[in-house]
Amino acid sequence: MSTKTLTLDARLGLDKYEIDEEQSHIQVDQELCKTCSLKPCLTVCPAYVYQWIDEHVAVRYENCLECGTCQIACESGGNKAITWHNPQGGFGIMFRFG
Amino acid sequence: MEKFDVIVVGAGLAGSTVSTILAREGLNVLMVERGQAAGNKNVSGGLLYSQLVAEVFPEFWKSAPVERAITAHQLVMLSEDSSVGMDFRSQHSAQPPYNAFSVLRAKFDPWMAKQAEDAGATLITGVTVDNLLVENGRVIGIQAGGDQLGADVVVVAEGTRALLLKQAGLREDFSPHDVSLGIKEVISLPEKTIEDRFLCGPDTGMAYTLVGQTSGIEGGGFIYTNKASLSLGVVVKIDSLYERKLQPHQVLDEFKKHALVSRLIDGGEVVEYSAQTVHRGGFHLMSKLYGNGYMVAGSAARLLLNNVLTLRGMDFAVVSATAVAKAILDARKNGDYSAAGLSSYETHLKQTSIYKDWKTFKDTYPIMENERLFELYPELACNIVEGLFSASTQPSKKAIALALKEGHGKVSLMTLIKDMIQMGRGMAL
Repeated sequence: MSTKTLTLDARLGLDKYEIDEEQSHIQVDQELCKTCSLKPCLTVCPAYVYQWIDEHVAVRYENCLECGTCQIACESGGNKAITWHNPQGGFGIMFRFG
Repeated sequence: MEKFDVIVVGAGLAGSTVSTILAREGLNVLMVERGQAAGNKNVSGGLLYSQLVAEVFPEFWKSAPVERAITAHQLVMLSEDSSVGMDFRSQHSAQPPYNAFSVLRAKFDPWMAKQAEDAGATLITGVTVDNLLVENGRVIGIQAGGDQLGADVVVVAEGTRALLLKQAGLREDFSPHDVSLGIKEVISLPEKTIEDRFLCGPDTGMAYTLVGQTSGIEGGGFIYTNKASLSLGVVVKIDSLYERKLQPHQVLDEFKKHALVSRLIDGGEVVEYSAQTVHRGGFHLMSKLYGNGYMVAGSAARLLLNNVLTLRGMDFAVVSATAVAKAILDARKNGDYSAAGLSSYETHLKQTSIYKDWKTFKDTYPIMENERLFELYPELACNIVEGLFSASTQPSKKAIALALKEGHGKVSLMTLIKDMIQMGRGMAL
């Protein structure tokens, strides 16, 4: 027996979310992102929420683990383009173990 | 506007502790939690050091959902294909007052929130506090959705991100240099397998602290035994991740491939993937703790201690929350909830052992920035010990000669000696 390596999407598929279909809790200023050379959000997010597609940052907010790494990285290594609020009460990630 | 004596934002360990103590004293306390239940949003590595917690919640292990009493600690350095470590076991910590328990927050936090409720505090869940209400330079309550609620004091126990404080301009931006990302998996395994593999009894368990094999990034790994699962994770510095363009789950995958790690988790099934930012903590990084009408407890105030051997956040949350509660009771006597009225928080905190621990381990922080500790030295240590245990066709050497040979071209003797002194000072002296 061994433990197989999971893809990131398979890992995220194990987690329980209550997705807010109406609104994203993450806003990104795309103009600032265009001139951001490092784009640290594309690297540091453990849920790969941020992806560079067609010259803009696509935000898969529904996968967010709410850790806050993106904001810290964007403030210092990026262009301060990310505005992050807590999801509305009861929405977002729901850890069953934590 | 409806008014409470105290509003506590967050029903984690800090929030539930402050609420329990104040409710026991008869105060009208409201706890506001954004998760659907307490613990829903909370992640920690999972070691709860018990003795300070027991001061507020005596013999909590009898009723709280703890996983296992940790009676064995392993500190292991990993190179690519070997490992060398220190093995500590003690039966002392198998009995009250114990030393540490593994816990899973989604189970543990609701228990603690229930203690606050039983003491008389009101808990509302599934409500996100959007803002602190500030009037004339003083926090007077909270805004949540359309509702405004007032209080003499708002205790901000919102956890590591401290978003409310940020929005209200009450804290500086965190530097990525001082914050790490912890990512974790809960891996399910049968109890019997855990007990056989980690040499423990039905209620006792083991904690591994692992240094090395984090893709060269400053940080480390951990494996803790829960009742019927393992908590495995890595804690790595955020700026190093983006400077080296390494995705966190890749670091975790590499770490899990190490021969020792993969044997320990063999056959296990990952049942949850989680992440949380972890402050470096310590004396010089402590955030502003209070102001007019508000106080900050737990991780939101960066009250943690990370000294390589132990990473303590949860018991610090309980201790800081106790100091907050004492200061609020002081302030009530004078009816003064201004910054001056709440300032005994600092005095109470200074009397705790955690404050003294910070002073004791203040020299530890330079170690954590020394990148040689996270790749080169684990490799050297493994090679040296391999040399000592080997009987090959080459003549054997003693440890120092092996160290010089292994370190040749990788680290100068001066640097090596300097680092040893730094580590000695930080950890042992």
